[in-house]
Amino acid sequence: MALPKLKADATAARIAALDLPEGAAWAQEARKDALVRVQAAGLPHRRDEYWRYTTPDSLNAAEAAEAAAFRPDEVPQFDGVDRLKVVFVDGVYDANQSDDLTLAGIEIERLQTASHADIHWARDLYGVLEQRGQTPVARTLATLNTAFATDGLVIRATGKAARPVSLIYLHRDKASDALLHHVVRVEPGADLTVLENGPAASRFSNVMEVDVADGGTFNHIRAQGRDHKRRAITHIFARLGHKSTFKSFTLTVNGVLTRNECVIELIGDDALAHVAGAAVGDGDFHHDDTVFVTHAGVNCESRQVFKKVLRNGATGVFQGKILVKAGAQKTDGYQISQALLLDDDAQFLAKPELEIYADDVACSHGSTTGAIDETALFYLRSRGVPRVEAQDMMVLSFLAEALAEIDDPDIAADLTDRLTAWLARHRRA
Amino acid sequence: MLEIKDLHVKLESEDKQILKGVTLQIGAGEVHAIMGPNGSGKSTLSYVLAGRDGYEVTEGSVRLEGADVLEMDPEERAAAGLFLAFQYPVEIPGVGNMTFLRTAVNAQRKARGEAEMSSTEFLKTIRARARELQIDAEMLKRPVNVGFSGGEKKRNEILQMAMLEPKMCVLDETDSGLDVDAMKLVSDGVNALRSAGRSFVVITHYQRLLDHIKPDFVHIMADGRIVKTGGPELALEVEHNGYAGIMAEVA
Repeated sequence: MALPKLKADATAARIAALDLPEGAAWAQEARKDALVRVQAAGLPHRRDEYWRYTTPDSLNAAEAAEAAAFRPDEVPQFDGVDRLKVVFVDGVYDANQSDDLTLAGIEIERLQTASHADIHWARDLYGVLEQRGQTPVARTLATLNTAFATDGLVIRATGKAARPVSLIYLHRDKASDALLHHVVRVEPGADLTVLENGPAASRFSNVMEVDVADGGTFNHIRAQGRDHKRRAITHIFARLGHKSTFKSFTLTVNGVLTRNECVIELIGDDALAHVAGAAVGDGDFHHDDTVFVTHAGVNCESRQVFKKVLRNGATGVFQGKILVKAGAQKTDGYQISQALLLDDDAQFLAKPELEIYADDVACSHGSTTGAIDETALFYLRSRGVPRVEAQDMMVLSFLAEALAEIDDPDIAADLTDRLTAWLARHRRA
Repeated sequence: MLEIKDLHVKLESEDKQILKGVTLQIGAGEVHAIMGPNGSGKSTLSYVLAGRDGYEVTEGSVRLEGADVLEMDPEERAAAGLFLAFQYPVEIPGVGNMTFLRTAVNAQRKARGEAEMSSTEFLKTIRARARELQIDAEMLKRPVNVGFSGGEKKRNEILQMAMLEPKMCVLDETDSGLDVDAMKLVSDGVNALRSAGRSFVVITHYQRLLDHIKPDFVHIMADGRIVKTGGPELALEVEHNGYAGIMAEVA
């Protein structure tokens, strides 16, 4: 079926602005295949059901809108964590600022290097998990990324990684437009933590394909940077084997537009997937969490916990789905999305969905939108806590369930400190 | 200590007068009990003293050691030495009990221009006070009142009072939801805090609590007014004759 003209034109204009990177035959094939898929499906349009609440125009545009780079005034994120640092500046790997790409328990290299190798394990995953995530809903911006991504990492964990791999995304150029694509394979029984932080670019497209084999563990913590004008579209595509664990947490403060899509398939039995996020926005801020969890294995657990604090025109979106396939018995699925609106000029749009084809499952979901509990606020104030501080305490209290999804107490404390600082900067008398 | 003069209060949301001229003088070190039937305005009085939104003072004044309480925000009242033990203590998920108390103690000190309490000193003090109230370390670490039983919540209120060392304590139905042992524990906690410089207003339905916390004065409140004032024997009269008897007497 031919695309509507508007869509076809927008897609053609975006593609015209990009070049297919060189690589070995398998990589070229994957990229060309992705390009064909982009042309067939077309980039998203605001009339698409999946983009009803978030306008994709600025993500589709041939050129990224300008965004001033923010000069960090805090200690670097994850500073206290012993980690392997890999730095990208405006979406380009920076060897000088990065640690050596060697770490016990993992193999790690640049996507460029991997895609020039005639034979590489990444071949079985690059664009493969992304393509699996295209049904039942198209995610063409991820496909576009598969075709044109200019940099990224391929990481294979073969044992317990000695340290977390920390991807640091610096933003320098106010017109930068970055497309990064990472491929992660966690071998049976292996254990890897990936940290991501920073805005990356004025416009950032990031895809991470994660294949967690039987008994493997993958942890992911992300903080998306404080640049006000940045835009980001990110995708995680995860496939989970028997008794594997996948956990992902995202903190978002600021940014005019962020859409984080997370597509998880629990293929093996007894697997566990937790995905959570905390977002705080004041003013020109649009934040969209779009999550799709498919239960195909038996006795798996999935958990989605998303909290947003919004004020002064900020908008939050949550589209979360749990799909339980026939035969995925004993599924334990949980989903909660909540927004705390600090004034009348903020909105939260939520579309929670459950689709269940097995008869012996326990799935629950909930979504709420509310203001700060005045009784609790009064309680805190009556003990002498000034109103603004009491309000901050209530906000942190609201976010606590999401923050509790972070296993590492030091990282949880680091992110909480940043939230506290953000709240202090955004206090209203 | 606290001087309430001809206090008239109505609800902001509806045109309903709750307090219709309450006058009460509480001297330093005194314990006053306020008893009265449901809907007489006891809880409203406690909320108005603490500064809760939703009430409009139409007439009268409240002074704490001469300072106009009604002009102050709730946190200013707390720093000035006013404390309300809530009838229904509020659960605050995600905020540790200890963190909350430390923030409160230091916020009050800061407001009064005093030096903040060091973490060592704070820990030492809170452990000692918690032990007296049989509050274990686990309860101190848990989020404020979350998952606490009724008795634990009330003990936690008294712990907050002990840590904040207020001058004027208002206890709103602290006995509600307590079994006999818990009431004894809470009362012991309150009695331990009685001193020449600290006054109490104890709001209760029942004389029972006043067996443990012996009041100097007992006031009967009905329909937004103090209708009768006496000594501890007045509480016994309520116990024997009920409010109806007293109301008939004053009518």
